[in-house]
Formats: sequence, structure tokens, C-alpha cells
Amino acid sequence: MTVSVDTERTIRLTVNGVPREATVPVRRLLSDALRHDLGLTGTHVGCEHGVCGACTVLVDGAPVRSCLLLAVQVDGAEVRTVEGLARDDGRGGQVLHPVQEAFRECHALQCGFCTPGFLVTIAAGLEGREASAELTDEEIDEMVGGNLCRCTGYASIEKAVRHAAATMRDVQ
Amino acid sequence: MKPAPFRYADPGSLEEALEVLSAEEGAKVLAGGQSLLPLLSMRLAAPATLVDINRVPGLDTVEATGDGVRVGALVRHNSLLGGHPQAMAAARVQPLLARATANVAHPAIRNRGTTVGSIAHADPSGEMTSVLALTDGSVTVATPSGMETVGWRDLFVGPLETSLSGPAVVTSAFFPALPDRSGAAFAEVARRKGDYAVCGAGVVVTLDEDRRVTAVRASYVSVGLTPEAHDLTDAVGGRSVEKADWAAAGALARTLVDPDGDLHASADYRRLLVGVLTERTLASAAVEAAERTPA
Amino acid sequence: MTTKLFGEPVRRREDARLITGRGRYLDDIGPGALAAAFVRSPHAHARIADIDVDAALDVEGLVAIYTYEDLTGPMAEPLPVLIPHPQLHAPRTGYPLANGEVNHVGEPVVMVVAIDRYVAEDAAERILVGYEELPAVIGVDAASAATAAVHGDVPDNVAARHHQETGDVEPALAASPHTLSFTQYIERSAGMPMEGRGVHARWDADDGSLRVYTSTQASTSVRAAIAAKLELSLDEVEVVAPDVGGGFGVKIMHPWPEELLVPMAAIALGAEVKWAEDRREHFISSAHERQQKQEITVGFDDEGRLTALDAHIWHDNGAYTPYGIIVPIITATQLVGPYVIPVYRVVVESVYTNTVIVTPYRGAGRPQGCFAMERTMDRIADALGLDRAVVRERNLIQPDQFPYDHHLTFQDGRPVVYDSGDYPGLLEKLKALVGWDGVDALRDDAEARGKLLGVGMALYVEGTGPGPYEGGHVQVLGSGKVLVSTGLTTQGQGHETSFAQIVASELGVPIEDVEVTTGDTRRFPYAVGTFASRAAVMSGNAIALAARGVREKALRIAADVLEADPEDLEISDGVVQVRGTPGASIPLRTVAVLSNPLRYAFDEAAKQATQFAVQAKDDEPPVSPGDAPGLEHRDYYSPIRSTFASGAHAAIVEIDPATWEIDVVKYAVVHDCGNVVNPMIVEGQVHGGVAQGVGGALYERMAYDSDGQLQNASFMDFLMPYASEVPDVVIDHQQTPSPLNPLGIKGAGEAGVIPGSAALASAIEDAVGRRITSMPISPTELYDLVRDPSAERTAVAERRAGTGAMA
Repeated sequence: MTVSVDTERTIRLTVNGVPREATVPVRRLLSDALRHDLGLTGTHVGCEHGVCGACTVLVDGAPVRSCLLLAVQVDGAEVRTVEGLARDDGRGGQVLHPVQEAFRECHALQCGFCTPGFLVTIAAGLEGREASAELTDEEIDEMVGGNLCRCTGYASIEKAVRHAAATMRDVQ
Repeated sequence: MKPAPFRYADPGSLEEALEVLSAEEGAKVLAGGQSLLPLLSMRLAAPATLVDINRVPGLDTVEATGDGVRVGALVRHNSLLGGHPQAMAAARVQPLLARATANVAHPAIRNRGTTVGSIAHADPSGEMTSVLALTDGSVTVATPSGMETVGWRDLFVGPLETSLSGPAVVTSAFFPALPDRSGAAFAEVARRKGDYAVCGAGVVVTLDEDRRVTAVRASYVSVGLTPEAHDLTDAVGGRSVEKADWAAAGALARTLVDPDGDLHASADYRRLLVGVLTERTLASAAVEAAERTPA
Repeated sequence: MTTKLFGEPVRRREDARLITGRGRYLDDIGPGALAAAFVRSPHAHARIADIDVDAALDVEGLVAIYTYEDLTGPMAEPLPVLIPHPQLHAPRTGYPLANGEVNHVGEPVVMVVAIDRYVAEDAAERILVGYEELPAVIGVDAASAATAAVHGDVPDNVAARHHQETGDVEPALAASPHTLSFTQYIERSAGMPMEGRGVHARWDADDGSLRVYTSTQASTSVRAAIAAKLELSLDEVEVVAPDVGGGFGVKIMHPWPEELLVPMAAIALGAEVKWAEDRREHFISSAHERQQKQEITVGFDDEGRLTALDAHIWHDNGAYTPYGIIVPIITATQLVGPYVIPVYRVVVESVYTNTVIVTPYRGAGRPQGCFAMERTMDRIADALGLDRAVVRERNLIQPDQFPYDHHLTFQDGRPVVYDSGDYPGLLEKLKALVGWDGVDALRDDAEARGKLLGVGMALYVEGTGPGPYEGGHVQVLGSGKVLVSTGLTTQGQGHETSFAQIVASELGVPIEDVEVTTGDTRRFPYAVGTFASRAAVMSGNAIALAARGVREKALRIAADVLEADPEDLEISDGVVQVRGTPGASIPLRTVAVLSNPLRYAFDEAAKQATQFAVQAKDDEPPVSPGDAPGLEHRDYYSPIRSTFASGAHAAIVEIDPATWEIDVVKYAVVHDCGNVVNPMIVEGQVHGGVAQGVGGALYERMAYDSDGQLQNASFMDFLMPYASEVPDVVIDHQQTPSPLNPLGIKGAGEAGVIPGSAALASAIEDAVGRRITSMPISPTELYDLVRDPSAERTAVAERRAGTGAMA
């Protein structure tokens, strides 16, 4: 047979702009590969059946559940996690993403466990829209509505989306 | 909740995919994986080999023609909601596709899950199985002996069960176009937004040149063991679109379905919703049908 | 300025790491650790005939397998009854691994340790356990019918009969102008934190010490339990609660079997071992709460004033009673709410069922008590044709009646004496906030849109901040950094911020200099835990007292240096200053250096404190008798009794009479937790609590079938609300400070969840005109109710029907 059928694979991918390589059993979930093989524990695992959204990461720019992907499926892909939201300020420090700033300002997190999934989903949503356009409730629902949070009751998260959108509009 | 061991291949062509599927005992196709991965993690499914078709070229196309819309096996749900260059054209040819897709789970799931995958999964709680039935659609299946077309009635044989056996890859689904002088609508009741529907309804209303109802067809989500299409024309056929009694169509629909009860809805409640959603979607579809029928 | 931080909405200091992925939760610790997985019972009630592990032995990467047979010493004995009580006459607890019998689906039977979790699950899957099934007892009705017994030696299934009374209820009822009786149910839900439980243990064979990280609400007590069960000296065990991804009560229960078994394996294997609970495990092995059947008889006069109340409650405690009868006691004593009840009797029968154990979930028996009392108020109003707010108003304890003694005994063994409050004030604010008097217009408007509209309200009083104590330690370093520690733990409440606010305010230092550590027994070994809305009250006050101790010492030392009277000194922005004399000052960090006379100068700051640098008096020792080196203080706060917070919620619902979907269109909260340390954090607690209250009322339930299988053990079917299901919440505040503690604060953690089911049941009943006797309620159940000819119509619905209004 010409096709290779494997139980283990070496994958190469770009995570938060950095080329990474890992040798993993083919059954390894992306969430586990990020956390345990690549040491990026900012991505959290809340249900492992795709409902809670805590493990959401961006694969080639789009939010996906990392517990519903095999690590081998992202071979060659670009992955962005919560650790990759802030950017270097060029002086050894970091500049937080507007959505990170907004979460702190609006008390949009309590225990913080679900937070990374919300942050990357909202970051992708806000980066993917025209910053000068008025933010609609429907857009906020799209960005917030697919993730579970047990602490905040969501009001502060919705407020943070508006806050971050305003920041991104102002800096435009 | 970690998958049991399996072997993995990601063939670069349909031929290779079929080769692996033929060679490996207990092999299963992986496309979007949004239904399959939870089953693997809960160890409710433990295929010996996963054949990941994501690297197979040519399966991510959407073709919208006068006849209908053909959706390739790797087209993600969100592509039909605007991500794909042909999404607008597809929505014009068969608006039910996007209208139903908007009810599928949440955006992060829709970014990965595929229309064809949810059909191949044959979940009667899925929106796309229902739309395939409603539009009288079919799937194209690649097998070692060639390509086959399988109509929806022959495809769905039970909950999470299709008639496909042996090495096979569903390469596309075809949704016939919305007929002339027709309108369509889709609506769901779900416990939480994004959940599997407690009940969903899709309908197509077709008028004649005098804007009289000539055909009414409906299909439901989470009602029955397999997707079904129901002809409700008897309840309202021949009436002018403005005067049609959509509630009568709803009442007829209630007599035609045989829903089961579960944790989230009794059978009676589902039957109630079949009536209500039929009436409501028909009213909305009728407006569209009238708009598409010159007075 | 630094001194006005108390009461300010200071942004959280913990967020910096949590929003950048640098939090450290249990499963982030020990990346190379071995992984544990469990074989859990698939049956609700069965005898274990045999355990065959042979097939698992071939799994590559398997390290060890443990069954009950491998447990020795105290580990082979039953788990502790953590909170014994004289009325808990038949306490029963399980074993760390099942000993011959299982009593609920999910009970751990075998522990597997392997190189990672995938492999551990592979091995666990191959272990064959032979079971002989026994009849399962599911639900309070089956338990009290007692046709089968959960525990063979408790044939009536009654673990405890908790009984309190404040007078002779039967004559009081007989003498009442009116009485009514009713029965109602409230179902099971669970705290369901986003992070499950988890334990990581590391044994240091060289010095014989064990370090355990556990996702807990009670690290000091887990430490004591591990020491006792593994026969270690307390000083050989350290327990640390890292960042904890939510608790809501389920993590106050301890020691969980895994908290003992994982350290046991780490010692036996000489390796790091970790167990991170997955969601399926959490559903079937971590505690639930809430199911009760309530039979209420109430007496009242023509004005709707209570004359007597008799409550007989059956409380489902699950398979075991490790947490005693805390939840039943809280239901029994908090049921009375903000009302004067002349004669009250309550009996709570705590019964065994073959289900997951029941221990506190946010609210801990209060939502059920509130449901009983508030639905009683609704019934009285309906019976007399009075406005529901009016009936409540007539029964409220008045502001001049504090302290108000209910003559009951609370969960802390102390009397239920309300310290302060203004309940009529709450009710007034609530009516204004929700628009209570304008609801009829809303009802008409909704009717015109084809919707049924209803409004409901519920009031509660919440005993918060029970003892016995918490402690705090505050230390100023020579760098100026202020280290603060307390033993209780944090699960998202923002203690790093609110405790820092307290210290910054008390000590007069910039909050940036303050670092707070919670839940680490290495830093503070004495503590009780985080539950019952007690962290701010208990540790907040203890830390305030510790900070005051540091301040006093700092002023004493500074007074010597500045040759001033301590009375004339103030501390501001980290500098001790003679009031009104600019220039006469000394930085607090220097005071810290001077507080510790040194022989060795290891840095520039230390040089100032060496024995040759300090102007020591030759006739006095460098450290005075009774004094101690260092600028630090440890103190404890131990309250005489709990403090009582209060609040009132109202909800407006709209119901679609075609689909019976329930839409909460407005949710109003008035909240009183005394003085507030950080209003932003308190508001966050209220919002989160309301979301859980709404979830518990309309979406969540643990659905067991009659065989004891949990039918919805996933986030797909256990319907925790997304943003789309949580209504907008409007909040108003009232502050009646507690006279019981130095800061005047009351707890705020649980309040938001308490009245949800009561208020929403009332609103739905108001909308559909049918009596709601069971919560939660879903559209399919509401549909069943409205077409059930035997379902009781409310009197107000009959009256509205008479006037032609929709019902």
C-alpha cells in the first residue's frame, strides 16, 4: 500500500508564530498535545466533548475546539493559543491584546478556567471584523454564545467584548 | 475520556482513501470529526483505523447550478454561511441550506464540522439530514467499483446508521434547487441556543401561477428514527396563498409523525412542536413563495 | 493615595496571569507525572463478586493497579464522617476503593496508574469486575418507602432525623384562623465547576516529605486527612491549592478518595502521580445537591400574618453521609428567611439513595429552604386574594427588631440570631427595581403579543461567615514588599485583590506592594476552608487584625527612630510620618529592616540593621523581652456566631403559549452584604449566582433513571446555561453593616443563587395560572402541567378568568 498507516507521527506546526515539532501517538487530542507535549498549559480542558469551549484555539485563524481535533490533523497548520494573544513590546515585555485588557477592566473572569477559550474566540471575532463598524448584539452572541462559564453569568464578558471593540475602533 | 488506540492514515487522493479503507479492518472515515471525536473520547466508538480525508483534493467545492447545490465532503458548515465564494449563489439556489446550517451547534463547531459529515453520521437530530430529505437530495459515494449516487431514502436506514457498507467515501451531497414559485423556511426549538433541537421543522411551499398552493412538503429534526419528508399538500392544496390555513397543515403534520420522548421532550411535546413549527415556518415560507410568484 | 482602597472597585490582581495563560491549575502541574484512572461502578447498587485484572497487565505503560485488597491501616477503614452530629444516627461512608459493595454508579473500585492518562484508561477498560446487582433506591420517595435499603443495616434508609422547634406547633396551627398544606419537590443539580477535581502528589524519599496539590476548598483539612490516613506526621505533609477552576462547594467536600489514593500511590511508587478528573467522572463521582420533598403546613390570620409553620422535609443525601447533615440543618434553619414566625417546627429526614453523595453546592440547602418559605408566602397571598408583596411585607422582621433571635441552632452549632438588616427596605427597592406595581400593564401588553407574562419574587436571609475561625499573617519585608497569607483557599473570588485591599487600607501601603497567598499549608497551616460565604468575613477580618498588629509594631519602632509618640504617627504610601511634620518620616521598609537586628549584612538594606549600625542601648537586649524580630504579625478572627446577609430577587417571565418556552425578560436583584470590600467583585458574585439560580430553575437537573443510571452525564444533556440562557440582571444595593466583626462585612458568595427557583416558580405560576409544585421546570413539563385537568389552578387565575383575562 502506498499510504502510510501509523500509530505515531511527528508533526510540525507553527504555534503562536513559533515553529514547533512533536512526536505523538496518532490518538493524541490537540488539546493534550498543546498542553502536555508542547507545554502550553494556557489552553484548558473542560469537557472533552466539544461543548464547553474552554479548549478553543485558533487553527489557521478560525476558532475550533482543540479537544475535537487530533494533533496529527494540524500538521502544517498555524495554531494560536491564549499565550499568543499578547504581542512583544520590543522591550522584553508584552502588550496585552485589547480583549485581554477588556477582560481585566470589565471583571469578565473569576476562576479563569474558561477564560482562554473566550479570549481566543473573541479575539478572532474582533480581528475578523471591520473595526469601525458598529458592534451588534448578534455579533456579540456569535463570539460569546458557544462557550460555557460557570462563574460570571456572562454579563461582564459581553461588556468586555464591547469594551475591546471600542478600543480596537479607537486605535484604528 | 481519551480515545482508545487506533491507526491513522491521511491519504492524498480518493483512490488512496479507498485503498486504506479496503485494506484496514474496521476503518472509519474522518472528515470534520465534530460528531466522531466525542464518541472516540467517550470510547463509545473505537474504530481500528481512522482514514482522514482532509488532504484529499477537490472535496471542498460548492457548486450552485440551476438544478441545485452540490456540497463537497470537506465543506465546513460555516462555509455555507458565507465563508465559501459560492455561498451566496448556493443560498439563492437552495436557501434552506444556509437557513438550516445557521442552527447547527456553535461557530467553533461549524468551523470544523462538515455538511456531508453530518449527513453521513445519519443523526436524526441533525439539521442537514432533514434538509436532504426535505429537498429530496442525494449523496455521491466513492467505492472501489466507482462512483454511486444514493438517494436520501435509501441512505438513512436507522439512527446513526446508513446503508453504506464496505469501503466508501461520501464525496458530496446534492440538494436540488428550490422549485420556481416556491418559498422555504426552517425553524427550531432547542433547550439552549446551539443545542440539538428538541424539534426542528423545514418546509417548502410551492404555488401555481395564480398563487394557489400546489405543494407543501415538510421535514423534521429530532422526530422519528430517520429523517422523513411529509407531504402536507392535502391540508392546504388549492387554496390561495393568502387564505391558506397553515394551522390545518400543522394539524395534519401532527398526525403524520411518530416522535419519541427523551429527557428534554416528551413524545407529546414533540408532536405539539411539529404542529406549531409547521404552521410558523409555512407562514414564513408562504411569504417567500408569494414574493417569488409574479401576481 | 493608598488608604481608601477598601470599598473601591479595584481591578483584580490575579487577572494578569489568568488572561495570559499563565495560571497554574492542577493539571498544569507535574507534566511528567504518572497518571491515574479509575474503574468505577457501572451499577447503582451491587456486591462485588470478583475483580480480574489479568487482561490489563499486558498494557504497555501500565505501572500499578490497586484494589481494596491493597489498602492497609487506616486506608482500609471507611472514609471519615467529617462533621458528626448527634442527630446523624446512622452515618455511613464509603471506602477509598469499594470494599465488596458499591452504592452508586461512579463509585471507585480500582485505581490504575500508568505512564499517561490514555494508557491508564486502556488498562482500566480491560479490568473485569464481576457484580451481583442489588435493588437500587433512587429518589426521596423510594428512599422513604424503604421497600429496599441502600445500606443493609439501615432498613428505613434514614441517616438522620433533624428536628428543631420553637414552640408547640400543633395547638398553634389548630388555633390559626386559616391553614393550608402542600407538598412540593426540588430536584438535583450540581456545582459543576469548569475545572473538575484533581490531585497531584510528589513524595520526596530523601527527606520523607509529601507535597500534594489538590483542587480543593480546604487544603489544611485535606492535609490533616492525608496525614491521618497515610499515617504520616503532619509536618511531613504539605498541601497546596493552586489556581482552582471553580468550586461552588463540591471541592469543600474532602478527603475525596482520590485525595488519599494518589498520594498513597506516589509514596508506594516513589514517583509523581497525578489524577485529573474528566467530565464524565465528575458527573458520576463528584457531589450533587438539592433534591428534597417538602410537606408544609402553615397557619395564618386574615391579614396573611403567619401564626405557625410546620415543615416536614425529606432530603436525599445520596449513598453516604461524609459531610454530615450540614445541608439539612441549613435548609431547616434558613427556611425561616426574613420573616417573624411565631411557632416553627421542622423535621428533616436525611435519606440514603443509591446515587452520588450530596454535599453543599453554592447555597447549600438555602435554595430549598427559600423555595419552601417563599412558595408558602405565594400560597397565602393566593388564598387570601392579597398581593404577594403585601403578604411578605406584613410578615417581615422590622429594622428595630435586631438582633433578632429565631431560637434555632445553626450549622455552626450557634444560635440563629440575625445581626442586622433592613428587610422592608429590600422589599421596597425590589418593587421599584422590577416595576412590581406596573406589571398588569406589562401583562396586557404581552397578551396583545400572544404571550403569557408573569412576575414573581423571593426574599432570603443567608447565614454567612460561620466559624470556628480563620487566620491571617502579614509581614513587611526589607524590600517594602508586604506578604499576606491566609489558610483558606480561592476558587475565583478574587481574594488576592480584596485581601490586598484590606491590607493596603489598614497598613497604609500601595496595593502594588502587597502579595497575597491563600490555601498553601506551607504559608499558613491553620484554616477551616472556603464555604458558606465566609472568606471575606473570616479571613478578611483576620487579615485586617494581622495588619493592625503590624501597624502597631511599625509605629512603635518608628516612634523610637523618629523620637516621636506613636500616637502622632501615620502610615501613608508605605512611609511612616510624623503627622504634620514633613521630613520627619521613615519608609516602612526601613522599619522592617530595623525590626530584625542582624549580625550579617547580606545586602545594602541589611547593613542598616547590623549590630554595629543600630544605636542599641547597652542595658537592653537587641530584641526586647516579649518582642520578636521581624515586622510581621499573625492574628485570628473567631466570630461569636454567623452574620446574616439578605436579599430579594424578582423575575418577569414571558411564556409562549404555543411552545411553552419560558423567557426570563427581566431579573432584578437587591442585595445586602453589609460593608463591601470590592463592589466590582461582589457584583460579579451576584451575576454568577443568578446564572446558577436560573440554570437550577429552568435547565439543570441530574436525571437518574430508576436503575440509578445518570441519563445526562455530559454537557450536551446537563443543560448549564450559555450566555443565551442567562437573562439581563439589574442590581440595586443596600448596606446594613454587621456589628459582629471589625470590618462590618457579611458574606456575598452564595447569595445570587438562593432565590432563583422560588422567584421563577412564582413568576411562571403567575403567568400560566397553574400551581407549580416542582422545580426545575422545562417547556415539556410546563406543557404537561397546563393540559393536566387535575393540575390545580391558582385562585388568582380563576379570578382573572372571571374578568376575561387570559390565563
